[in-house]
Amino acid sequence: MSDASRTPNELSKDNNTDDALIDLDAEFKASNVQEVLDKLDRELIGLVPVKTRIREIAALLLVGRVRQHLGLSAETPTLHMCFTGNPGTGKTTVALPMAEILHRLGYVREGHLVAVTRDDLVGQYMGHTAPKTKEVLKRAMGGVLFIDEAYYLYRPENERDYGQESIEILLQVMENQRDDLVVILAGYKDKIERFFHSNPGMRSRIAHHIDFPDCAVDELLSIGCLMLQQQNYQLSPKAQAALRDYMVRRRRLPHFANARSIRNALDRARLRQANRLFAAVGAKLTIQHVMTIEAADILASRVFQEGLPDDNTAP
Amino acid sequence: MMTNYGNRITQGQFSFLPDLSDEQIMAQVKYALKNNWAVHVEYTDDPHSRNTYWEMYGMPMFDLKDPAGIVMEIKGCRKTFPNHYIRVTAFDSTRGWETPRMSFIVNRPEKEPGFGLVRQETQGRQIHYTIHSYATDRAESERY
Repeated sequence: MSDASRTPNELSKDNNTDDALIDLDAEFKASNVQEVLDKLDRELIGLVPVKTRIREIAALLLVGRVRQHLGLSAETPTLHMCFTGNPGTGKTTVALPMAEILHRLGYVREGHLVAVTRDDLVGQYMGHTAPKTKEVLKRAMGGVLFIDEAYYLYRPENERDYGQESIEILLQVMENQRDDLVVILAGYKDKIERFFHSNPGMRSRIAHHIDFPDCAVDELLSIGCLMLQQQNYQLSPKAQAALRDYMVRRRRLPHFANARSIRNALDRARLRQANRLFAAVGAKLTIQHVMTIEAADILASRVFQEGLPDDNTAP
Repeated sequence: MMTNYGNRITQGQFSFLPDLSDEQIMAQVKYALKNNWAVHVEYTDDPHSRNTYWEMYGMPMFDLKDPAGIVMEIKGCRKTFPNHYIRVTAFDSTRGWETPRMSFIVNRPEKEPGFGLVRQETQGRQIHYTIHSYATDRAESERY
């Protein structure tokens, strides 16, 4: 067993003070959460603090469930969360396993994820916002509502903005129907901080804050390799070195979006590879050629030539 | 069969039974959602059985996974129209069906006066019968 199962084991020792023995381990196995945690470990590269935090939350929820069974606590704990981090650090990706964990531990009934942004919640004219927000909330009930870039809900510069109305409905449901849905807010750290500052009610209703750190170069490299592997591509050894060099340079440039930048870079490399193969008319092609991305495909990027990011559109 | 004990109107499912509790309503809605039917909430204050077109409360709810949202809507409708008839309808959009598959009353007025039988004499001592709800003698929204 990996270290995840150790946490509940240790906790069970503390719980043995009373006469009845509580088998946390069995409870943990019955919930099948380990499966989700393992999958998270396998498919998410880096993000160690995030994974640890999720483990901690899972342990807390498990113990909470046992306590509920024993009649030690009656009410549902607040489970609303906040994911902060730079673009491309995997906030949306983590939301899905999080919903799964909550579902397996029985804190949400269905375990589906509804991802929305400001557009889905806020209306365009008077009286449009409330039904729109309620519609989304109803759809998310029994599952997890993921609000990406939540701070855009509140626009202090426009006092006639309808975002405030949406926030009020959201707060009401977050408080009164805690056992019906879990809300996860996501966004950049500083902006979320400012958002909480102007909406203290929101901050007090959120139990767990998870911060997503930026990826290191090695992590980015393994993410890139994994992405290519999933699409049945491979890097030649020279291309691997070139990709590493690319990442070191790209990180220093503006609009760097971690894993998303890598995905975009690889998409363009695939484009160049296809062009290169197409231009070499008459040459004999093997399956190896079609699968391999060469160093030239990566070195042609503008990052090397002009020191400019070639995905200016990226956030 | 327009009236029965206590003049309660009997339309849709479960109407001969005592009123459903919220948990029972939730279980019924859950069944409807499991079958991918779109559930909506309607209200009226005209209890005639031929009055099939009731007012819709809010929008029809598609893509819902959990009954909590619908129960929230039912509660909202009860708060707005505490003395109206409120029913929950589950619509099946499958080709070949395209019709409500479930419909049951979730709220009734406190006092239901029931229906009277109206006899209309026509030519040759012929009698035409019709039923008339006592409640509809008053204006709309002042009935209960």
